[in-house]
Amino acid sequence: MNESIMSKMGSSILPRNKVNVLKRLTRDIIKNKAIYLIALPGIMYYIIYYYWPMLGVTIAFKSFVASKGVFGSPWIGLEHFVNFFKSYYFTRILRNTLVISFYSIVIGFPAPIILALLLNEVRNQVFKRVVQTVTYMPHFISVVVVSGMIIAFTQKQGLFNDVLSVLGVPRENWLLNADWFRAIFVGSDIWQEIGWGSIIYLAALTGIDSSLYEAAKIDGAGRWKQLIHITLPGLLPTIIILLILRMGFVMNVGFEKVILLYSPSTYEKADVISSFVYRKGIIEANYSYATAVGFFNSAVNFIFLLSANKLSKKYSESSLF
Amino acid sequence: MKTHRSVAEKVFDIVNICILIVIMIAASYPLLYIIFSSLSVPSQLAGYNNILYRPLGLQFDAYYAVLHNKPILIGYRNTIVYTIVGTSLNLIFTTTLAYALSRRGLMLRNSLMIMIVITMFFSGGLIPTYLVMKQLGIVNTWISMVFPGLIGTYNLIIMRTYFQSIPEALEESARIDGASEMKIMVRIMIPLSMPIIAVMILYYGVGHWNSWFNASIYLTKSSLYPLQLVLRNILVTGNTDDLLTSLGTIKGRDMSEIVKSAAIVIATVPILVLYPFLTEVFRQGCHDRRNKRIRIPNGFAQDSFFNLHCSG
Repeated sequence: MNESIMSKMGSSILPRNKVNVLKRLTRDIIKNKAIYLIALPGIMYYIIYYYWPMLGVTIAFKSFVASKGVFGSPWIGLEHFVNFFKSYYFTRILRNTLVISFYSIVIGFPAPIILALLLNEVRNQVFKRVVQTVTYMPHFISVVVVSGMIIAFTQKQGLFNDVLSVLGVPRENWLLNADWFRAIFVGSDIWQEIGWGSIIYLAALTGIDSSLYEAAKIDGAGRWKQLIHITLPGLLPTIIILLILRMGFVMNVGFEKVILLYSPSTYEKADVISSFVYRKGIIEANYSYATAVGFFNSAVNFIFLLSANKLSKKYSESSLF
Repeated sequence: MKTHRSVAEKVFDIVNICILIVIMIAASYPLLYIIFSSLSVPSQLAGYNNILYRPLGLQFDAYYAVLHNKPILIGYRNTIVYTIVGTSLNLIFTTTLAYALSRRGLMLRNSLMIMIVITMFFSGGLIPTYLVMKQLGIVNTWISMVFPGLIGTYNLIIMRTYFQSIPEALEESARIDGASEMKIMVRIMIPLSMPIIAVMILYYGVGHWNSWFNASIYLTKSSLYPLQLVLRNILVTGNTDDLLTSLGTIKGRDMSEIVKSAAIVIATVPILVLYPFLTEVFRQGCHDRRNKRIRIPNGFAQDSFFNLHCSG
């Protein structure tokens, strides 16, 4: 009895609701047509540049033939994925991607925090500003130039070897040594982004209530104690949010620099998923296969983001969504 | 009032300052080295196996070679055009969409926002995007240098947050005076947002100046190449022959590395010079804002760059 009434009500209410929504929407659009018009170019951009290619992801499940286009090409199911998982490259590029990302999180992520904490202890404002300005600079240098500098510096007659030879290390072309690729990659990232990365933490530090420090001083806390009990807890929400965001991009190793710096002699340790996609897709024009690999990449990425977000929700108050 | 500092505190300060000086040297020395080597005399530099702290000798031939090299000049011109046109379009597209999405009471506002945020985590990926650009027929045209990245989603969110922080009362009173939506945006909201627009010019401008990857996949005509792509051929592929011909062959052989350094300086200095000017704009803007008592929201990650300049 009850059920039938419910279903009756449901069937009569639902369509009317839908009509209402449409009606309200049309009214809203007419009323705010100026605003919708202003938004239109931007929305078109998102549709063309982001949503249209999303339809194109289907070629990962197809055997793409250029003359037939994305929609005309025949379906072949999971073949490309199976081929990829079975291939020699799968473990290699997955391992490289995860290892490089792991290094850059473990070493690269805390670096700007430490710089911000050091800067925060500086009393002389002029000195502080000079250090900041100088450490920002590398951020504005392009990947191409940074890579060019790395190539020049790691040569036998380059700067690194000049510095290292003072310490008695024999000269070597470091960039061609696969074992050193990751260190060079992550190290140059830190060099480039440490100052810029510290900005956000410095901004967060200025937001900490200064009365907390005064209270701590009265209680006899030294600078170390103040750091542990006030500064770090004050920074924690910012650190967590940024860490989650970073986790969401675990699989996106800065591949522009990878493809500028790697060479067949370092593929073993340097080739990451996105550089592999680039090689297979753009250079070898193996569109479907490359798309399948790229799709796998974003799927794993998304899983990382969701789990990091969940963990942080569980153990702290801050989360992205 | 005199503050007494313990010995431990003084030691701490000294150690801290020393560490920061080391970091500062590490951050700036590679650039200084490039500048020094670009000015050095090649024969002196070739046999020199120590750390450079000044140019060895002095010559400007390398700069002569770079500034007389056709691909570099064409690349330079293209990059300037892409940066100016691209940044202007970035600003128009980002501002209009951010403004619209900041309007309260818009029915589609939240759904549009979700649609946009999704693209930060999901995208078609390299190949499908490339195929779409091909289908649109913009491959190998200047449009392909401008169209991808027309709106940076982070930047969009920052601008939207900023617009939302401007008190409603301001536009209410304009509306009562009979101003249209367009007029409110152009006459009230945008002038109030100049500091954030300066930040956007910095972000987008640097992005265009430094970009090479899109050019490398979308462009094959060398007359359209941006500077960074020309640089890649010189610095990464190591193809300096073209540059050295203008100096004659004998001089050329040792010159290769030095010419590369000069190319780096020529390409990088404009962007480093621009930065302090824009910083001034932020400070000015923050000052105005503080006087007008407009609260700066605790917004999305990157706009802390702006917050820092406003709190300092």
